[in-house]
Amino acid sequence: MKSLILTLTAVAIVAGTASAGDVTGKITLKGTPAPEKEIPVDPTCGKLQAGKKVMTRFYVADSTGGLADCVVYLEGAKGGAAAAAPVVIDQKGCEYLPYINSAQVNQPIRVLNSDPLMHNVHPTPAMDGNKEQNKAQMAGGAPLEFTFAKAEKFLRFKCDVHPWMFSYVSVFDHGFHAVSGKDGSFKIAGVPDGKYKLVVEHRKGGKVEKDIEVKGGAKADLDMAAK
Amino acid sequence: MNPWLHRFAVLTALATLVLVGIGGLVTSHGAGMAVPDWPNSYGYNMFTFPVSMWVGGILYEHSHRLAGSVVGFLTLVLALWLNGRPAAKWLRWGSVVVLALGLAASTSAKVKLDNVLFLVGTGGAGFAISFFWPQIEPISQRLARFGLLALVLVIVQGVLGGLRVTALADWLGIFHGTLAQCFLVLVCAIALVTSGWWARLKAGPQPVPVPAKLRNFLLVTTLLILGQLALGASMRHQHAGLAVPDFPLAHGKVWPVADAASLEAYNAARNDHREFKPITAGQIHLHMAHRVGALIVFGHVLGCLLKLRRTVGGAHPLARGAAGWFALICLQFGLGVWTVWSNKAADIATLHVIVGAASLVTGALLTLLAATVWNGHSRAAPVVQEHPPLAPAAGL
Repeated sequence: MKSLILTLTAVAIVAGTASAGDVTGKITLKGTPAPEKEIPVDPTCGKLQAGKKVMTRFYVADSTGGLADCVVYLEGAKGGAAAAAPVVIDQKGCEYLPYINSAQVNQPIRVLNSDPLMHNVHPTPAMDGNKEQNKAQMAGGAPLEFTFAKAEKFLRFKCDVHPWMFSYVSVFDHGFHAVSGKDGSFKIAGVPDGKYKLVVEHRKGGKVEKDIEVKGGAKADLDMAAK
Repeated sequence: MNPWLHRFAVLTALATLVLVGIGGLVTSHGAGMAVPDWPNSYGYNMFTFPVSMWVGGILYEHSHRLAGSVVGFLTLVLALWLNGRPAAKWLRWGSVVVLALGLAASTSAKVKLDNVLFLVGTGGAGFAISFFWPQIEPISQRLARFGLLALVLVIVQGVLGGLRVTALADWLGIFHGTLAQCFLVLVCAIALVTSGWWARLKAGPQPVPVPAKLRNFLLVTTLLILGQLALGASMRHQHAGLAVPDFPLAHGKVWPVADAASLEAYNAARNDHREFKPITAGQIHLHMAHRVGALIVFGHVLGCLLKLRRTVGGAHPLARGAAGWFALICLQFGLGVWTVWSNKAADIATLHVIVGAASLVTGALLTLLAATVWNGHSRAAPVVQEHPPLAPAAGL
């Protein structure tokens, strides 16, 4: 009975002093970016798209301006839950899905091939300590896994067989990051209370920042100007 | 002179030019890494790689490898032919080594059957051929050595290309691209020197000689073109697309600004589906150096033409050759501009590589002719003869 009381007291103290919450918000695109371009895919890949045009994905926004594919993170944050599950990128219709991803250092990045044809998977990191690799992946081949030891923004994956295929993974040395969804919304879970700089980076739009204070969670909406 | 040897050397030179062109297609299409393994292709021996798998970037990269193999084979034959009877022994022992490698590989479960058959087949064929070819005496000691040099260069070139893939080293591609140009010059020089025209020039009456100063100017101009091609290879192997997308201005200015803010703006404005790596200040400077280099080369080739016309006359074969050279440089200049205006379209950029190679070869052969045929020195007896006995080292 004594030990149960002590345990409950300890839990209460920890819960009272180390509260955490989610940082949520929405990224909205302001302005009109240059129109996306049609990608001249080869006939084999064209068939896989069933007649749908394959377009560049520089600015993907919904009707309300919600901007997808923004990498959102807390600058200088430390810790965060270790990511156990791999980040999964699929090759489908000769496109990488998703286009933009985020991961933690040494978190497995698993690349699938759902296409009935072969690809090569070629990550081209720019940071010393992250290894460039180039692996063949046949149709129906086993998933390939990659890990990166150093933090790096927009680490590029490419397929040289189909030179329009790209995906980007921003690698962080902490767990407080996310990628905005189709409606521009994002959620960074389990952020301890405190003051932070929330940073939003878009591959084309650049970077915007906002100081936030987390008290059991926080909400922050940001605008990204088209360039 | 055996006309078939000359024809074979010309064939090797043409195959090499085609190979350089396919290499240009590989980099222009960003396909250099489309086949991740080497010397195999997706685990297959490169000669048994199914045609159905030659898709996308693989088509360019695999074709380049096959064309490289063809040029390697032609160069081997050319080197053996130029070295004559003594080379039969090298062929025999080389073939024995290949055969032994094949037999050793057959005991390993890791080596696929097609690779074993390839090694055993080529080793066996080379061994058999070595008993009846080549039987002639070497054409000349110096030509024999150049044949060997060509063979060494083509092997080094093949290994460089392979390592560029397996070591994922872009910088090796720069050496690969530049060495290809040097190799092409060497093979073209061998083709020229084995021609009947060369023998007739050497034996014929001495026309107006080219002054030493002008011969040096020709050499310097040719070296400038080689430097310009090396700069071009450096730009191609950055895989960053066009660092400067406009012409005649550069990012809207006579000389582009390359500070951090400008670079960010340039990169944000790039909306190419090829999603090149972001450009850097160094790449902008490299691009501008290539433009300045083009102007310098243009001026030098024009200078060569004018000086030759003034000193040896417009009817002199060298002056006429220099006129063709200048025409090539004008074409090359235009293709360079078109490459920028077309946003580095693969076909235009590849033509730019091919005409660049042709410009280098033209300069090198004109320099060779000026230095050895029209040098004003007393005429030596022609060295290149029909099956002469093995002579001590003599001039070309």
